[in-house]
Amino acid sequence: MSNLIKFKIDGTECMAESGKYIVEAAADNGIFIPTLCNMKGVKPKGACRVCTVRINGRLMTSCTTPVTDGMEIESHSEEIEELRKSIVELLFVSGNHFCPACEKSGNCELQALAYLYQMMVPRFPYEFPLKAVDAHSPKIIKDQNRCIFCKRCIKTIKDEEGRSYFAFRNRGHKLEVVLDEEMGNKMDDETAILAMNNCPVGSILFKEKGFDVPIGKRKYDHKPIGSEIKL
Amino acid sequence: MENTVKQLVEKYGNDRSRLMDILIDIQETTGYINSEAIEEIAQLLAMSRIDVEQTITFYHFFSTKPKGKYAVYLNTSPVAYMFGREAVKETFEKELGIKFGDVTKDGLVGLYDTPCIGMNDQEPAAIINHKIFTRLTPYRVREIVKLMKEGKNMDELRNESYGDGKNHLPSLRSMVSSNIRRKGMILSDDYQSGTVIRDFLPKMSPESVIAEIKHSHIRGRGGAGFPTGLKWEFCRRAKGSKHYVVCNADEGEPGTFKDRVILTEKPELVFEGMALAGYAIGGDEGILYLRYEYRYLNNYLLEVLQNMRDNNLLGKNISGIEGFDFDIRIQFGAGSYVCGEETALLESLEGKRGEPRDKPPFPVEKGYLGQPTIVNNVETFATAVRIVQNGGEWFTQFGTEDSTGTKILSISGDCMFPGVYEVNWGFNVEDMLNMVGAYEVQAVQVGGPSGTLIGPEEFHRTLGYSDLSTGGSMIIFNKQRNLLRDVVVNFMEFFIDESCGSCSTCRNMTQVLNNKLKKILVGKGVPKDLIDLKSWSKNLIASRCGLGQTAANPIISSLKNFPHLYSALIQKDKQFDEGFDMEKAIQASCTYVGRVPNLNHH
Repeated sequence: MSNLIKFKIDGTECMAESGKYIVEAAADNGIFIPTLCNMKGVKPKGACRVCTVRINGRLMTSCTTPVTDGMEIESHSEEIEELRKSIVELLFVSGNHFCPACEKSGNCELQALAYLYQMMVPRFPYEFPLKAVDAHSPKIIKDQNRCIFCKRCIKTIKDEEGRSYFAFRNRGHKLEVVLDEEMGNKMDDETAILAMNNCPVGSILFKEKGFDVPIGKRKYDHKPIGSEIKL
Repeated sequence: MENTVKQLVEKYGNDRSRLMDILIDIQETTGYINSEAIEEIAQLLAMSRIDVEQTITFYHFFSTKPKGKYAVYLNTSPVAYMFGREAVKETFEKELGIKFGDVTKDGLVGLYDTPCIGMNDQEPAAIINHKIFTRLTPYRVREIVKLMKEGKNMDELRNESYGDGKNHLPSLRSMVSSNIRRKGMILSDDYQSGTVIRDFLPKMSPESVIAEIKHSHIRGRGGAGFPTGLKWEFCRRAKGSKHYVVCNADEGEPGTFKDRVILTEKPELVFEGMALAGYAIGGDEGILYLRYEYRYLNNYLLEVLQNMRDNNLLGKNISGIEGFDFDIRIQFGAGSYVCGEETALLESLEGKRGEPRDKPPFPVEKGYLGQPTIVNNVETFATAVRIVQNGGEWFTQFGTEDSTGTKILSISGDCMFPGVYEVNWGFNVEDMLNMVGAYEVQAVQVGGPSGTLIGPEEFHRTLGYSDLSTGGSMIIFNKQRNLLRDVVVNFMEFFIDESCGSCSTCRNMTQVLNNKLKKILVGKGVPKDLIDLKSWSKNLIASRCGLGQTAANPIISSLKNFPHLYSALIQKDKQFDEGFDMEKAIQASCTYVGRVPNLNHH
């Protein structure tokens, strides 16, 4: 293991293989850096900015930045954690997230992060944007109210020829993640379930099936997000 | 239609990375990109339909609906409003009987808003079918509408003289004026095109070219200020199957128009600079990424490129140097400010949405198509030629220690002589205002919306990378202007529209801040709102690219330098105001259910 390098997170000495993304290198050392858009094994695209850390005075996303020898990373300072909390709050006010009525409650990564950061009421005013629910596909519901634009479905849900089922539409504040009409019509169960499972929130739901696992027995109901990583 | 789409896709080698060209061609031949064309492109390029639409819907000059035989894009920059845009807009709407955003029933004319089109020195201006119409007035609009209704061709719509400089050339025929007011090493007429390639490069190694550029200490002219020599050196050293030279001519920062002028008056200098860079980094392909607003320059620039090929300044074994091959193609954008960010530009070059990339890796390692690429500004390439001609040492005598050389400023707004001024770095704002004939000045927006808004107390400051850094946009506002309502809100809305939407921060925070700003402007603000604006805006610094990181600058800098404008609007004795307008809400709900509001009885 000649390519092991040393780096520090909040002063703690860590070691990892050179070139690993900071998020993963941190996890290898038992340090949890919260993420939302990131997904193991998928090319990252620092979209949610939740995993922001500070390196050499600059804010960087730890899901996209490879760790280098001697790197000093600030991750759990009050300022960085406050920034992360504000980003989570921002995601709540810019969509319509009503957890009690959502099938993903308890399995939702956005909700889990809100608990982690003990968000009570977001500091920002709710926007209550008008968003559509697309139910044209016989297999899935694409609920735009809950979409956080993580891009996971766009990057991972493809057909045999590599064509994407999902894509962005428009830009900026009008951005949407939409499902290809024809491909949505022909979607099989396996793809639909994968799409639902890859969605960190309840924006993609498999039709005609839900609440298999009752609320109270779900992933984050008893253990906070990240607890599997922390030493 | 199917046939043409197929031919078009084939023309671009069935290459998905040329999707922008395919879409631009279709948009221009049929006036929009219809559903069948999208389907056909998707089939031919083995993409999903939604994936093709993903690129289309990102750029505001693409449309999936007919845009009108004459598509009128009227600029929305603050300077356009200052010089009568509202009256121009009203005249268009009245004469045509439609609102902006609509097309006349007969499909003849469509009216659209568009952000800064790089004509701030001759506003109000509009683009009609790629032609630029400047200095519009209600009278002129009535004439144009009449001619459009008569079905006249684009040249017949013009009833004024061509602009100055080269704007009269047959391949250009443009009404735009170059308005060069002060010349320096770049805009001067004493350079014979091709001198450096013919007389200097044969005697210089690529390394020695880079050494001169490094010695000159020139930094990128686009605004970020990265040392050009270092960039070229990193790229030369980076391993790749091909190295690319990209010229960023996407100047979208509201208020800047100097690249328009350089590309009109000195395009040979820019192209020579690109060839020079190709020689230095070991690349044989150059791409000029030109904003679609400047589509009117296309034929002219193609002609210039052909002349250079004919003179062996581009092509194979340039100037007899064995193995020095270099050629340039022009790639157009389609209406997106963020594409001026170099990695967003590369995405766009590859036919995708202009979403900035995560860095590292930097373009010098992995750029266009994953290969080492330098992306430099128009002005930087032009300057590089003069540096190699005269030596890096010569160059350092201009400007200041940390900002060497000259800078071309685009100056507009409330002044006697708007236009481009090439000055040495280190020029101070006071001198600049005196130079352009600006009186009773309330504020100057330095570096466009992403820069800073400064007041008279700061006019002693100097232009340079360590003080007032700027890509060159200078907008002057006199004491009659309402800075918050007419400038700050306009700029915030610009950022909201132009954000790519990828980062949660930039997509949402710009909107949250603008809502708060509007709350203050209608008199519903309380002291805490000002504190919130300041602290919430910090969230944007976590964005991926410069657009997001600077998107709160209009608010932050006006709050810092013009606090009195805000405090005058704040309800000082109130702790809380939810900003809710009861009357407006009742009116809206009554309209909805069809009742007459009785506002006296609530």
